[in-house]
Amino acid sequence: MLTQQLVNAISLGGVYALFALGFTLVFGVLGVVNLAHGALFMLGAYAALQAVLIFQLPLLAAIVVAMLVTAAGGWLLDKFIFAPLRARQAPHLAPMIATIGLAIALNSTIQGLFGAQNLRFPAEVLPTDRLRLGAVHITWLEVEIIVLAIALMAVLLWGLKKTQVGRALRGLAESVKATALVGVDVEGLFRATSLVASLLGGVAGVLIALYSNAVYPSMGQPMLHKGIAVVILGGMGDIRGALLGGFFLGFAEVFSVAYIGSTMRDAVAFGLLFTILLLRPQGLFGRAAQRRA
Amino acid sequence: MDWLDTFWSTYSTLVLSLGTNVLLALSIYLTLSCGMLTVANAAFMGLGAYTAASLTLKSGMALWPALVGGVFLPVIIALAIGRPTLRLSGVYLAMATLAFGEVVRIIILNSEEVTGGALGLNAIPQLTEWYDVAAAFGIALYVLLRLAQSRIGRTMLAIAQDETATELMGLNVRAYKLFAFVAGAGLAGLAGGLNAHFTFFISPNEYGFDRGVEILAMGVLGGTGSPWGAVVGGVLITLLPEVLRGLGDYRPLINGVILIVIILYSPKGLWELFRLARPNLAKTAL
Repeated sequence: MLTQQLVNAISLGGVYALFALGFTLVFGVLGVVNLAHGALFMLGAYAALQAVLIFQLPLLAAIVVAMLVTAAGGWLLDKFIFAPLRARQAPHLAPMIATIGLAIALNSTIQGLFGAQNLRFPAEVLPTDRLRLGAVHITWLEVEIIVLAIALMAVLLWGLKKTQVGRALRGLAESVKATALVGVDVEGLFRATSLVASLLGGVAGVLIALYSNAVYPSMGQPMLHKGIAVVILGGMGDIRGALLGGFFLGFAEVFSVAYIGSTMRDAVAFGLLFTILLLRPQGLFGRAAQRRA
Repeated sequence: MDWLDTFWSTYSTLVLSLGTNVLLALSIYLTLSCGMLTVANAAFMGLGAYTAASLTLKSGMALWPALVGGVFLPVIIALAIGRPTLRLSGVYLAMATLAFGEVVRIIILNSEEVTGGALGLNAIPQLTEWYDVAAAFGIALYVLLRLAQSRIGRTMLAIAQDETATELMGLNVRAYKLFAFVAGAGLAGLAGGLNAHFTFFISPNEYGFDRGVEILAMGVLGGTGSPWGAVVGGVLITLLPEVLRGLGDYRPLINGVILIVIILYSPKGLWELFRLARPNLAKTAL
């Protein structure tokens, strides 16, 4: 029973971490709280579902389709919303409000196209085999979720740490001006960041849709709230913090449902979030940010 | 006056929500004009609605005493959370108020004995008349217009421009911010109380994130330079869905696109455009 819960917590936590990673990346590099991240998450789920339903693609190919669609979404988001606001040096709340607008627009478009009802993946595309490890049964779906989530995180972390682009990105998070001065194509990096971040959100969307087998237009909203909780827990813009926070929330949710009951679960999560913001706004692991005049 | 009766029986709810939505827009104008993005107004509206509705429903109170209760509770809560919360700024403040709103919604949802839980409160007496809304709107607008011209209003504008500089001039920035936050909460509570007494029914989900975003859209659309901006924003966001009725499910799409377009092309809101188009007005308003 305990190990079963552990598997659930790891797969759920992995998806949360993936989602939060994209969210925190955009905040760290672009300095934008992207409240459309939940809508991109939803878009990923719908893209994969439609790929399966219309083009009869196998699951992995559908995930790739979702990646392409949400990556395009992230590119467009930067091109038409973030970049013009950057060029005008708009106050940092402006892009955040614009992403609220985008989230509403995307939600209502999807709802208009596919309806508000709950859609499901056809049973035949979902892997049903189980992996037996002693007394624990893990579905292949859970294995795939965990492997995919961890693989993506590993690639991202490795890329940030070791590659030239990753170094430039970390430079960007420190100082845009200095990074531009050493000859980095700053605008291109901003756009790439938005693209990668929304791709991560889109994959998380497909994985959650598979995990709970439910796709609906407003599915991004509870996720967005959780993502916010996770990145605040880990410190805004902090990559490792997002990972730890994601798994922390996954464990907290699974175990509080298993041992406490589910009614006040969300209130506890948000109460915790609210308290952390008041006591340690820099996150549990972060250092106090310097005041920027 | 037959046509008036027909008009009223068809559109009374719309006209009344026009009034309460403008009150909500004014409530977010207060914090926005101070440069603070707080998204807790929907939660304060909900607190006001539940308090006022419980007072009339369960204790048989008259409308206005119940409204006082509906203002009182949000004000007390805003006072309590304001001091620690308003130390945060920018996106952190937005996130904290978002989390607070969510906590309030979940608590309302789970306190079934008092609030009816997910089923909400039903059969709330229909006490709100047009003159109640008109009075609340008139008083709020008058006070805020006077406030904008006063020392307090100017200080709030200064805080929005440059908080550090304002503080260096010896002004108590925290007190002004707290004032804006608490007054906004009270105004949102008033709107909630009025609103609950003509909609017959309230439930926790009406005061969630969507409502918060709608209120924010009203504030941003109209602009935060003047209370008139909030009035313009509130009226447009309320009437737009009626005008766009033919679009069905796609109606929120228009709201979202408007929000983006305004942020991109007229970040100071529609009222600012209007003022720029009439230079004389701009002079007198400044």
